[in-house]
Amino acid sequence: MVQKPIITAAQAAAMVKEGMTIHIGGFLACGSPNAIIAALAKAGTKGLTLVCNDTAVLNQKTGKATGVAPLVVNKQFSRMIVSHIGANPESQRQMDAGETIVDLVPQGTLAERIRAAGYGLGGVLTPTGIGTEVAQGKQILTIANKTFLLELPLPGDVALVKAKKGDRAGNLRYAKTARNFNPLMATACSVVIAEVEEIVEIGEIDPDDVHTSSIFVNYLVQAGK
Amino acid sequence: MIEYVESKEIIAKRIARIFKTGDIVNLGIGLPTHVANYVPREVTVILQCENGLMGRGPTPAPGLEDKDLTNAGGDFVTVLPGGSFFDSATSFGIIRGGHVDYTVLGVLEVDQEGSLANYKIPGKLVPGMGGAMDLTAGSHIVVAATAHFDKSGASKLKRRCTLPLTAFGRVTIVVTDLGYFEVRGGKFHLLEWFKPYTPEWIQEKTDADVVTTSTSHCMSLD
Repeated sequence: MVQKPIITAAQAAAMVKEGMTIHIGGFLACGSPNAIIAALAKAGTKGLTLVCNDTAVLNQKTGKATGVAPLVVNKQFSRMIVSHIGANPESQRQMDAGETIVDLVPQGTLAERIRAAGYGLGGVLTPTGIGTEVAQGKQILTIANKTFLLELPLPGDVALVKAKKGDRAGNLRYAKTARNFNPLMATACSVVIAEVEEIVEIGEIDPDDVHTSSIFVNYLVQAGK
Repeated sequence: MIEYVESKEIIAKRIARIFKTGDIVNLGIGLPTHVANYVPREVTVILQCENGLMGRGPTPAPGLEDKDLTNAGGDFVTVLPGGSFFDSATSFGIIRGGHVDYTVLGVLEVDQEGSLANYKIPGKLVPGMGGAMDLTAGSHIVVAATAHFDKSGASKLKRRCTLPLTAFGRVTIVVTDLGYFEVRGGKFHLLEWFKPYTPEWIQEKTDADVVTTSTSHCMSLD
């Protein structure tokens, strides 16, 4: 089995170029690749489009920022495609000030749009959002007397995902609810970088226990302790 | 003279009595989360969290939090024996696929057509819908849990929602701190009222069509 390069968080961040669309795993910072995020914040790359469940948590009193929130505070996103921004008030401030564009996407639709991009589908049909603003401008199809919205795939240039365990081939295993969007994003981007807590030798993860097949993963980064 | 006193407890208590053993239930963040604390001992519901968990257990004891185990509000939780984890696509497959019996969520407004608004006050507060649009689209029964009045004293039960909708025509049960309502035929049917309120008082204070039925009654939740 081919081994995947283990790179530093800084090297991973350097692969993210201005104007790229990046998918970042995690749900309110549970299961987000924090070492790479910190390196990307340090690199300061701007004009990025974020695809993520949410903009994580920013406590404006203490300044504590979790998950992708430091990148939001740094104004590195010109567009954010997310389902929720309510725990990071800086997201809404930038949106209201016209500093960034926020596309609010229902969470299940976001998951399916990412999956569609990775699974070779031209889109997905979902009942979610019928009769709401989400349906505006979208094609509505009636199938077997039920109405559905056509939602389009959402591919990305780079996926930054977080796994509990990974082998040198790139097979990944996630932990508990830290799985969330990570395995979907690992299928949907041109380059996939996995931040892994425990990197093990090939053969040390039972093939039955693999959540993301090694073929999706290009690089490994050792997560911080 | 009836005086309104907001009570989240009575809402959570009443909703907790809706379920039967085996029901799969998604509880939204905020008030709905508290419903779990009042489910009768003899009833076992299965709690789903849309971030990827079936079989949510209680809040962990201090010091036993697991950074990889949270609910959809980002709070640390536990998993019960027999529980399972899955990715977000599977989680919403469970939701949209009709495998969730009840979703309970808070609202800014709910109307007599069964529509609800809870994700956006244009120009003011825009938290986003998170999973609420999928949960309302896919769950068998959508329960709105809300204080009857907002901070300014306005009725949150409306003839027609004024805010952007989270769901169109999907709510069938509304539980407030005044009573238990079923939404059908373009009206709120007041099936139970809570002391000290009366049907007449509730009808007068609610900015919507509220009717009673032959089986409507006063409900005590003590």
